Amino acid sequence: MLKVKVWSPLRERILEISGEDLLSCYQCGRCSASCPFAPYMDLIPNMVMRSIQLGIEDVLKANSPWFCATCLTCKVRCPRGIKIPEVMEALREIRLREKYDYLNPLTIDQELLTECPPMGIVSGFNKYSK
Amino acid sequence: MRYSYYPGCTLYNKAKDFDDSARRSCQALGIELVELPHWYCCGAIYPQSQDHKIPLIAPFRVLAKAKNEGLDLVTLCSFCYHVLKRVNYAVNNDKEKLDLLNDFLNENYRGDQKVLHLLEVLRDDVGFDRLAQYQKKDLSKLKVAPYYGCYLLRPQREIGLDDQENPMILNHFLSSLGIEVIDSPHKVECCGSYLVLVNRDATLAAVRRIIEGVKRLGAEAIATSCPLCHYNLDKFQAELKKEGLEPIPVFYFTQLLALFLGLERISFTTNKVPVEPYLREKIGDGYSG
Ligand code: SF4
Ligand code: SF4
Repeated sequence: MLKVKVWSPLRERILEISGEDLLSCYQCGRCSASCPFAPYMDLIPNMVMRSIQLGIEDVLKANSPWFCATCLTCKVRCPRGIKIPEVMEALREIRLREKYDYLNPLTIDQELLTECPPMGIVSGFNKYSK
Repeated sequence: MRYSYYPGCTLYNKAKDFDDSARRSCQALGIELVELPHWYCCGAIYPQSQDHKIPLIAPFRVLAKAKNEGLDLVTLCSFCYHVLKRVNYAVNNDKEKLDLLNDFLNENYRGDQKVLHLLEVLRDDVGFDRLAQYQKKDLSKLKVAPYYGCYLLRPQREIGLDDQENPMILNHFLSSLGIEVIDSPHKVECCGSYLVLVNRDATLAAVRRIIEGVKRLGAEAIATSCPLCHYNLDKFQAELKKEGLEPIPVFYFTQLLALFLGLERISFTTNKVPVEPYLREKIGDGYSG
């Protein structure tokens, strides 16, 4: 448990969106060990949590939330009950609400668009574009 | 056995094979699926952010309308099932949310529409042990790895279908069809999901781990209940073939049920890895594609 609370507008914002203050994360790394996409992330999930605890705003530039598939593996395994996918979503939402699109509907691969099941496309655009 | 049925968008579109094999199998088993008269997309994915309620409106409306039909609601797509179950859980544990959605939609829903996955109906209402009496085809030569993925299971507290780390429902279902079940630790691993839209490498890596893993354990096919898992696991095997990994067919669990029941002209229209050669080899003359 982090004893000295670092005041951080970023953490406040994430708490507001995700309902998670993540102060009880004690950096066991179980989330990262469970995450199938950690090898693709600049900051693996436990480092994302730590960065937010410390108020390091650069976490917003990490590719990590865009590689989160919301598979919920970390969430159901975290010994502290941290809502990690919700935090990943909050990081995406902060950017998306600034009208940033990670995935541009006009440049998406046409083959993919015609073949992929609609629930996959709807889910993807829900995460990557607003 | 009579249920309301919520197919969802994908079963009307890219997963028609899933819908068709399920409807026909249910008919053969005496399960009556009554499609909801007016249904809408459930939104496909449950919102992770807590501060806006808009994504809850569509699935809430599906549930509220279903309630008017007075039957338990059956669904098949893992995503639909996940969303509907979690919205129920959310409004049952948050009166304010329930009231807000009811006020907005001018409904009077109480969070009490029972939502069932077809696997649950087969297990609890038909009974896996009773399936044997409907057997028309011998599937004992098939070696199939059950694949659950994410949304059928997690989070267990809200979904409650089965154990989220070691689920067995699909294993037991396949065994009850006489299929040789290849259990694997990969059964609950993510296939890459919607990452397929933005990153091929990450999705391919996820699929590689699963296919390689189940093949090493002896699987010759995979069974799933999620159209997106089906798509990823099927599509990326062409890439894996270039790496020397022979492709294995991917089935919806209902297609295997339909085979078992001896239904004819079961469709496999979206499968890229061909299924017919495998079925012909393993079921022999009994297979009528
Ligand atoms: S599993 Fe939970 S407590 Fe452990 S590092 Fe990850 S977020 Fe922190
Ligand atoms: S929910 Fe996201 S961060 Fe958590 S394990 Fe899955 S992909 Fe990784």
